[in-house]
Amino acid sequence: MQTRNITFTVNGKEVSVNVDVRESLLEVLRNRLHLTGTKKGCEVGECGACTVIINGETVDSCIYLAIWADGKEIRTIEGEEKNGNLSRIQQAFVDEGAIQCGFCTPGFVMSATVLVESGEKLSREEIKKGMAGNLCRCTGYQNIVRAVEKVMEENLQAK
Amino acid sequence: MFDTGNIFEAHSVKEAIELLRSNPGAKLICGGTDVLIQVREGRLAGVDLVSIHQLPELTGVTMEADGTIVIGPATSFTHLAKDPLIKKHLPFLGQAVELVGGPQVRNVGTIGGNVCNGATSADSASTLFALNAKLRIANSRGERVVPIQEFYLGPGKVALGQDDILTAILISREDYEGFGGYYIKYAMRKAMDIATLGCVVLCKVKDKKILEDVRLAFGVAAPTPIRVPAAEAVAKGQVFSEELVEQFGKAALTEVNPRTSWRASREFRLQLVEELSKRALRQAFSNAGGEC
Repeated sequence: MQTRNITFTVNGKEVSVNVDVRESLLEVLRNRLHLTGTKKGCEVGECGACTVIINGETVDSCIYLAIWADGKEIRTIEGEEKNGNLSRIQQAFVDEGAIQCGFCTPGFVMSATVLVESGEKLSREEIKKGMAGNLCRCTGYQNIVRAVEKVMEENLQAK
Repeated sequence: MFDTGNIFEAHSVKEAIELLRSNPGAKLICGGTDVLIQVREGRLAGVDLVSIHQLPELTGVTMEADGTIVIGPATSFTHLAKDPLIKKHLPFLGQAVELVGGPQVRNVGTIGGNVCNGATSADSASTLFALNAKLRIANSRGERVVPIQEFYLGPGKVALGQDDILTAILISREDYEGFGGYYIKYAMRKAMDIATLGCVVLCKVKDKKILEDVRLAFGVAAPTPIRVPAAEAVAKGQVFSEELVEQFGKAALTEVNPRTSWRASREFRLQLVEELSKRALRQAFSNAGGEC
């Protein structure tokens, strides 16, 4: 079967991997780079557990060919904590109790990260729309939305 | 691992055509949000794929000298909705594609894929029907332009040959200038769902009350997206009124042929056809500058 060398940045670090052209980005992240924070859920782009940020946009890595990642800048949950400090949205998830079983959390954090980094103050409905591609089977949505709102309000006050 | 055959990456439209020609049975993949799902379902087991993912010559929105808007088929839904030309001239198209799936799918899924997939439920398709969109298709023998109405042949069937590639979606100036519009997606959930029925009305308003032009199109009201000329004729040239809205809703029923599926019954879809065309007409009228 065909393989191909791809080079991309993960959490600020450049990596080169020889991948089978049929591999998903999720498989490369988890099985080759051992970045298992990104979860495998439905595998058909419905649950958002595998959400990563590619060039600033969220993507379901389970339905994204690894070869498409060549030359791209990718962020996964592993890169969000810096020097032992959680990112602000991660801390807000903890503070608001926005974590139950935790399986959806990495994906939710990535989606939330893009929303809070946009610098916009979104309404509750807009936040829900921005997080609509992530499912929480524990149904802990209220606290997740609250965590996003909290960071957005802090952003606004800081301005 | 996806259960496909080889995956070839094309770096130009020309190369993609050549790859499709030299690999009979190979299928084109762009954003992958439909094709890779079909692969997961086993429907494309062993099929070779030719990737045109983010090909620069197929992405972005431009305007030609005569005012024709050219939409690159590999433009993602997110980028389409944010595009300044779309915001200015086709805000209702941006509004429609903002209702596709969820953010992650819209960031990768493309308008060209939405059309080439041939689904009657495609959120962009009904609006493109109402806009009389034309599709530029290239193959090894040259190029042709096909009206979108002739492109859809049946459920999941479109007029694409083995080495055909959709290279542009064209909207003429006379089909968008002065038009306001509104798309309604009826689904069980607000996100991550497929339309039970999609309904779009575009209209042009004269003197704040006369419907100078009206266009009505549906998704899931027939095996392919459709226009409803009978309803358009009822409203065209008339002064907007609630009575007219009622007549428009009734006339919308004359040319549709929805089916019963596990999502909804034919009867429920007919109810939606009448009600949504009325709601869409009211909102489109207001968006086009009409005042009641």
